[in-house]
Amino acid sequence: MSLKIVVCVKYVPDATGDRGFTEDLTTDRDAVDGLLSELDEYAVEQALRIAENVEDGDDAEVTVVTVGPEDANDALRKALSMGADKAVHVEDEDILGSDVFGTSLVLAKAVEHVGYDLVVCGMASTDGAMGVLPALLAERLQVPQVTLLSELSVAEGKVTGRRDGDAATERLQAALPAVVSVTDQSGEARYPSFKGIMAAKKKPVESLDLEDLEIEAEQVGLAGSRTRVESATPRPARTAGEIVTDEGDGAKKLAAFLAERKFV
Amino acid sequence: MAEVLVHVDHVDGTVRKPTLELLTLARRLGDPVAVHLGPGAEAAAAVLGEHGATRVLALDAPEFADYLVAPKVDALQAAVAAVSPAAVLVPSSPEGKEIAARLALRLDAGLLTDAVDVTAGDEGPVVSQSVFAAAYTTTSRVTQGTPVITVKPNAVAPEPAPAAGAVEELSVSFGPLATGTRVVSRTPRESTGRPELTEAAIVVSGGRGVNGAENFAVIEALADSLGGAVGASRAAVDAGWYPHSHQVGQTGKTVSPQLYVAAGISGAIQHRAGMQTSKTIVAINKDAEAPIFELVDYGVVGDLFDVVPALTDEVKARKG
Ligand SMILES: Cc1cc2nc3c(=O)[nH]c(=O)nc-3n(C[C@H](O)[C@H](O)[C@H](O)COP(=O)(O)OP(=O)(O)OC[C@H]3O[C@@H](n4cnc5c(N)ncnc54)[C@H](O)[C@@H]3O)c2cc1C
Ligand SMILES: Nc1ncnc2c1ncn2[C@@H]1O[C@H](COP(=O)(O)O)[C@@H](O)[C@H]1O
Repeated sequence: MSLKIVVCVKYVPDATGDRGFTEDLTTDRDAVDGLLSELDEYAVEQALRIAENVEDGDDAEVTVVTVGPEDANDALRKALSMGADKAVHVEDEDILGSDVFGTSLVLAKAVEHVGYDLVVCGMASTDGAMGVLPALLAERLQVPQVTLLSELSVAEGKVTGRRDGDAATERLQAALPAVVSVTDQSGEARYPSFKGIMAAKKKPVESLDLEDLEIEAEQVGLAGSRTRVESATPRPARTAGEIVTDEGDGAKKLAAFLAERKFV
Repeated sequence: MAEVLVHVDHVDGTVRKPTLELLTLARRLGDPVAVHLGPGAEAAAAVLGEHGATRVLALDAPEFADYLVAPKVDALQAAVAAVSPAAVLVPSSPEGKEIAARLALRLDAGLLTDAVDVTAGDEGPVVSQSVFAAAYTTTSRVTQGTPVITVKPNAVAPEPAPAAGAVEELSVSFGPLATGTRVVSRTPRESTGRPELTEAAIVVSGGRGVNGAENFAVIEALADSLGGAVGASRAAVDAGWYPHSHQVGQTGKTVSPQLYVAAGISGAIQHRAGMQTSKTIVAINKDAEAPIFELVDYGVVGDLFDVVPALTDEVKARKG
């Protein structure tokens, strides 16, 4: 029996670029270059490691799925060159402007379309950064959520992992099928090898639209969004602070500043 | 007047400060009704009542500790059904956000996460968020269903507002998903005796410039002299010098203290994302070109091993 792993990856604007909004207050995706979200590289890495370590006599297949514009194909290629087996690209202009409920609906249908034992997500997208999509996916698929793991393993039809919470570190376990998400503490992602990059060019990428997934246009996009951004204001530039060079008196000057602001 | 549900974040009945902030915000929208899941409801109710909770819907069931997230979603859903609130406010912790999202999905309602402010508007709550590493502030509204809003720590100063805070038993029937993810073991984080990073009024953080786990004592000493919490950059955490639970930034904690001190931190965008909304920012860095200096109210170009210990002595001397 083959272990079917689906990894959800997002194509995001580069965080080091100058990100902003379009006139309709959605993320401006043209202003800066996009790439595979760095946090989703950790998800691809963990999926590949699980696939490499499946129990004797078993095998695994890793499918990467993205919901996003045409360019999101770049994110899929990167994941394929890291070693994923195949990819699914859901693209439909009606998806544009979806909130997390729209995106999670499309992803849930896409994941079901592929078939899965384990869905692996990143901890958050580097642009939206809500970090709730994996939980929503679990709710929609009606399977356990085992999220924000800094360590995980799959054996005997169960996924086990470590979640470092605010107040405690927890060991979690759930039966497959399940949705997991992994943090950037889970282990460095591999770089694609030259061989991997060449092989990726031949790997299958399936394109799907809303109709293929039997989703109505009103359920997603700006139309289906349950929230509305009413204003976006650039943060006022911080007034330039005072900068001094330490010549033995830096600490004294800083202490005086802190005292003036009543911190001491 | 409409009622507003507030999900209580607590440790065995000791209510954490962000919950009191939520009660203060909730009073702008209606009468706060607290939902307390797990042990210690009676003790918590006293504090919740002092801060405006008219009622405390409580249930202590083993599911809350033994399984992840889903049982709390069942409980909040039951509370929403019982109260028909005008909004649901949840503390913006990782768990809080997951609970809120699943709740909103079940309610067919809109969700706004990481609010830095919530005010009453003609068409329901208006929520401010800080996006793109705090480069923008947005205001948004939920346009469908009961608004579910997660609120970041330090959005508002908690104000006492005595109310009845009467404990009422919440009745919940757990669904099949509730017991899906078992918590096999739990190791509580050891207390450092310092304020909680996300709640602290003052945070002193060290980065790669600290150059070694043992050198973090220099950062800790300054934090202690100021009564602050200790933070770290990802470079310092990845090097194993300080625990990940103290990481400030995109994949660590977001802090918004009155004073943030960055020592030996360059100020990468991902670090800024977690501290840019601090009220006063101070940096010590030996590179005058470090981007952190673009943010500071006061910056010292110098070696942190000279400046930080001397500053600690100055602070102690001034405090007497
Ligand atoms: C997806 C993603 C998520 C990330 N999340 C986070 C996050 O949550 N938090 C985070 O912090 N980073 C995060 N990063 C990493 C971030 O990009 C930077 O690499 C990191 O913040 C650098 O840490 P630093 O400033 O300590 O180190 P450096 O950039 O190396 O800076 C060290 C600074 O110390 C100064 N210095 C050295 N010695 C001294 C001395 N003796 N006295 C004074 N100054 C000295 C140097 O001049 C330099 O400016 C993330 C990156 C990615 C890709
Ligand atoms: N459009 C998308 N396509 C595929 N996966 C996504 C998409 N958006 C979010 N995800 C996945 O969900 C995780 C959390 O996203 P978020 O809740 O948006 O922060 C990401 O790390 C991805 O694994």
